[in-house]
Parts: sequence; C-alpha cells; structure tokens
Amino acid sequence: MIQAALQKVLSKYQRAQKHPDFHIGDTIRVHVKIKEGDKERLQAFEGTVISRNNTGLGETITVRKASFGHGVERIFPVNAPVVDHIDLIRTGRVRRAKLYYLRNLKGKAARLRERE
Amino acid sequence: MSPGILGKKIGMTQVFRPDGQVVPVTLVKAGPCVVVQRKTPVTDGYDAIQLGLVEFAKTKNVTKPRQGHFQKAGVDGVRFVRELRLDNGAGDLKTGDRVLVDEFKPNDIVDVIGVSKGRGFTGLVKRHHFKGGPATHGSMFHRAPGSIGASSFPSRVFPGMKMAGHSGVQKVTIRNLEVVEVDAEDNVLMVKGAIPGPNGGYVVVRRAKR
Repeated sequence: MIQAALQKVLSKYQRAQKHPDFHIGDTIRVHVKIKEGDKERLQAFEGTVISRNNTGLGETITVRKASFGHGVERIFPVNAPVVDHIDLIRTGRVRRAKLYYLRNLKGKAARLRERE
Repeated sequence: MSPGILGKKIGMTQVFRPDGQVVPVTLVKAGPCVVVQRKTPVTDGYDAIQLGLVEFAKTKNVTKPRQGHFQKAGVDGVRFVRELRLDNGAGDLKTGDRVLVDEFKPNDIVDVIGVSKGRGFTGLVKRHHFKGGPATHGSMFHRAPGSIGASSFPSRVFPGMKMAGHSGVQKVTIRNLEVVEVDAEDNVLMVKGAIPGPNGGYVVVRRAKR
C-alpha cells in the first residue's frame, strides 16, 4: 500500500511526456537543453546505450559514440528536465545488461546487430 | 497548531525542481496522529501533548493499561507514542484531536528525530572516524587504536577514551531540514536530505527549534 502511495506522490515529478521504450544496445539521440546567455537551444547526442543505472526518478543512462575516431561517453539523468526528448534511432541485439566491452572495440567490431 | 507529527521513514529518492536542480529527499509516512494525552502545567507541571501514530496494532499486543489510556482518546491502533512540549499557552489541542500531515507545507523547516541504524560492535575507524594506518608498504599498523595513554604515570586509562564498542541505535536529531512537498491524501511528507534510522523506522518530525 505504501508502494502505491509512493508511486502517486512521485508521479508528480515524472516527466509529462514519456520517452520511447529503449533498451541496452539501442542507438538513440538525446536532445539536451543548453543555455547560452539567455537563449536556450537543443543539442543532440547520438550513440549506443551501454548501461542503465538506478530506477525511478534517479535513473541514468550511459550513451557511447565514436566521435572522430575517439570514443565519447555521456551519462544522462533520464528524468531530468534538461533532457528535452529522446529519439529511438535503431535497435540493437545484445546479450548483456552492460556493454562495457564496447570500450575495447572500435570500427567494424563495435557494430551491433539489429533486433527483430 | 501541533508542534510536530509522528511518522515512519519510507525511503530516499531524488526529485527535480522546476529549474532543473536535483534535490535528495526522504519520504516519510507522517500521521495520521492523535493526541493521546494533553499535559498541562496544573496537572503535570508542564505543557505538552502526547501523540500517538495511528496504525494497525494487534489488540492482544497492546497491554491493558495502554488500551485504557488510548481509549480516552478514542483510538485503539497506536504503536508509536511520543511526547512533544508546547510553548507557553501555544496549544489549543485537546485529547482525541487528530494531527494530520497538512499542518506542514512546503518550505517549512523541521527537525527530524529518530533512532540511528545499529552497527554492532565496531572498531575505531568506523566508530570514531580514526584515520587508521597504511594498508601496504610493510605497514604493520592498520586499524588498531594506537596509544591510549602514557606509562607509569598515570598507570591507568583516562575515562572517556575513545575505544571500540557498540555503535548506532542512538537517538539522533537532524536539525533544519526543508519540507519539499506535502501530500495530504496519502499522508506523505517529503523532506530534503537524509534522516536517521532504517526504512520503516519511526521518527518524530518537529517544527525546527532554531
């Protein structure tokens, strides 16, 4: 019963628009709000989801991409207001929950097969 | 206005403020409470209310004297009882009055009193935050207490010397926490920061003393 009450109390802090249902290994584009002076614009970060941590409002995802031959990772708090929205670009078939092994691979070896 | 309310710690999470700031919060199931007894200067020598947290309690587990005591307030399910002092002439509460979480509102400042988690018999590093020694490089001093005094004088260990022993299970007061949100429907209070005790532990939420 307490759990139910909890869900209700915290639902107020949930974002109005839900993210698409993405999984580990999927390629997504995260649009982040960036403040420049008094203007606000969106910046996109596209890459593979290699881990999901925590649950509920504190959930974070790690997105990895290769930028000019260098691996770049960014951790996003999924429910934070700075994350404007997330687009699902491509699914990926993987067999584990954390894809840290991708850090040791590059180029062709770092590709993932598409999920059915 | 009640000087405080009793509750049960649910757990911690984090929420986002409208400006994007993240706030660590603890959820407390606060109330409904009932004034079990009203103490007055005339009868008891001081001004206070005795609050009881209303929740399910097996009748056979409530002693007869307590049953009678609670009946005066018209409740039977009370498991957690605490007394809160009232300022001079500040109380319009009577026995049997309900105290609900909507007495609080966001941005109120409260103190939370609870019993800290038990740690059992702990060493000095955990209990008194001693630094300990180096782990490697041939160090033979790791987590030992070190010197506890001089030799033939005074030939004894001074009282109060910090040593290993039982720690935790102490009454702890965390002062000046901000109320982030109040949900009157589900009796849930959201307080900024951590509060003492395990999830499911009983706490007293009191209006901040200073």
